Amino acid sequence: METPLTHNISPGREPPDLAQYEKTGGYAALRKALGMAPAEVQAAVKESNLRGRGGAGFPTAQKWSFVPMGDDAPRPKYLVCNADEMEPGTFKDRLLLEGNPHQLIEGIIISAYAIQGDVAYVFLRWAYKLAARRMEKAIAEAYRHGYLGKNILGSAYSLEMHLHVSAGRYMCGEETALLNALEGKRANPRAKPPYPQVSGLWGKPTIVNNVETLCNIPHIVKQGAEWFKSLSRSDDGGTKLYGVSGRVKNPGLWELPMGTSMREILEEHAGGMCDGYEFRGLLPGGASTDFVTAEHLDLAMDFDSMKKADSRLGTGTMIVLDDKTCPVGMLLNLEHFFAQESCGWCTPCWSGLSWIEQILQDMEEGRGRASDLELLESHTRLLGPGHTFCALAPGAAEPLQSGLKYFRDDFERHIHEKRCPWSRA
Amino acid sequence: MLSEQERREIEAHARHYPNNRAVCIEALKIVQQHRGWVSNEGIADVAEALQMKPAELESVATFYNMIFRKQVGKHVILLCDSVSCWIMGYERLREHLGDRLGIRPGQTTADGRFTLLPNVCLGACDHAPAMMVDDAHYQDLDPARIDEILASYQQEEKKEEEKSTDGNATDS
Repeated sequence: METPLTHNISPGREPPDLAQYEKTGGYAALRKALGMAPAEVQAAVKESNLRGRGGAGFPTAQKWSFVPMGDDAPRPKYLVCNADEMEPGTFKDRLLLEGNPHQLIEGIIISAYAIQGDVAYVFLRWAYKLAARRMEKAIAEAYRHGYLGKNILGSAYSLEMHLHVSAGRYMCGEETALLNALEGKRANPRAKPPYPQVSGLWGKPTIVNNVETLCNIPHIVKQGAEWFKSLSRSDDGGTKLYGVSGRVKNPGLWELPMGTSMREILEEHAGGMCDGYEFRGLLPGGASTDFVTAEHLDLAMDFDSMKKADSRLGTGTMIVLDDKTCPVGMLLNLEHFFAQESCGWCTPCWSGLSWIEQILQDMEEGRGRASDLELLESHTRLLGPGHTFCALAPGAAEPLQSGLKYFRDDFERHIHEKRCPWSRA
Repeated sequence: MLSEQERREIEAHARHYPNNRAVCIEALKIVQQHRGWVSNEGIADVAEALQMKPAELESVATFYNMIFRKQVGKHVILLCDSVSCWIMGYERLREHLGDRLGIRPGQTTADGRFTLLPNVCLGACDHAPAMMVDDAHYQDLDPARIDEILASYQQEEKKEEEKSTDGNATDS
């Protein structure tokens, strides 16, 4: 089984420096790409069926295709790497950032070349201190060796790259809010259209791609779309970093073929549940994805299959709920997070989420009312797609709407018993 | 007024952006790095240097949780309170830290050594529960490990104090 993204990564050890990276074939893809037309690079990525690994799963080449090209395109054009990994339960981009920064840098340069970008920013979350040091060092190395700056490797193509270390807030992961943060503003989302591809950073054409997405690009360019598709067990090409956290024997992160089943990830790689704990459900791709339960575990973890469980692949990092953990308490924790992190721009989000949090808090403390379930359900509809500027509000509704469906008995017990059945008090 | 050092660092970052305003978040971080937090004076200094209105800069400063608009202790403890750490029992650690330090989340110890803040997911979910102290990450935590970590910071400070006492002795 091939693991192109992680085969050069040894956790706990220093990442490959530029010379080591070159020795294992690094930057060969960039040399190849510079000999291709930008449209050919875009075509290769389109052919590979690479879909964005940040959570939404939008086809990468299609995203790029909206950027105005040619001599009369507005300049400068920007490529932004979204390294603001803040989705609770998600810890995959951190491995790529810390473990092999040159792989990411090469992916950014090739992707920027494909849209004829002039400036690239890496938008990194503040907490990833080690990643910041390693990225800074690797970017400087790349400049020194002619992979960045004017006339890259003697070609006509030039690119500047800067590291931007954020000052916090989940909201910055939303791509239009991220652009506002880069411009030195509050990270509120922007209305779309215009889409960033046409009018993004400082009103110029801008692409925002996730770390894992960008790390795939050198491998696709070097080894081709057919090879990339052959790595996958589904229609979406490539491998995927899958993670598991919660009460399992071996929590961790693995690079596996896209479309590996939830059961295989949970039972073979994560070793199944800890002794004394039973499986109740899981959030398949971070805090903002719908719960799935035991009946769904044989589904493939890919973008289309997860829809069959009314959920999403999201970031591919699962959070497991066990029988000794209260589902209402878990939802209270999640909705507290979303309420706290709401940027305050849209009413269903800033107002609705704190209301939801209060209802769940009351329920946990024995003050739940029979009418609360209906009230919570109405909130999930108010937070639904189309009622807010960005997708984070619908994301906050996802674990709640599915939680109400699968753990209804547990909600009702809280209300009838006037206490949390899991509470030791 | 910004110090020469602060000004130089801000200017170095400003080169990465097409206008002055864009560097304001980095500028706030730089001031915080040197002064420990961002006071009203810090806001005024950065606003003046970047030709922004103080109120406008304040609206940015208060949005980002890693810009401290209140004074914090010498060490800032960021305890992850997100879902994986919650499942793995972070609340027990919150109580433990609170007892050891004699403060609640959001407070600073009377001696100004530690501030305890709850924080969103630190990206160490497979090694939950997790926390940061200043720039250092700690994971797979339990109360005994927390005691060790706190002791290591206290020892470090003791050494620093001894060093400065020695220094004074040599001077005199």
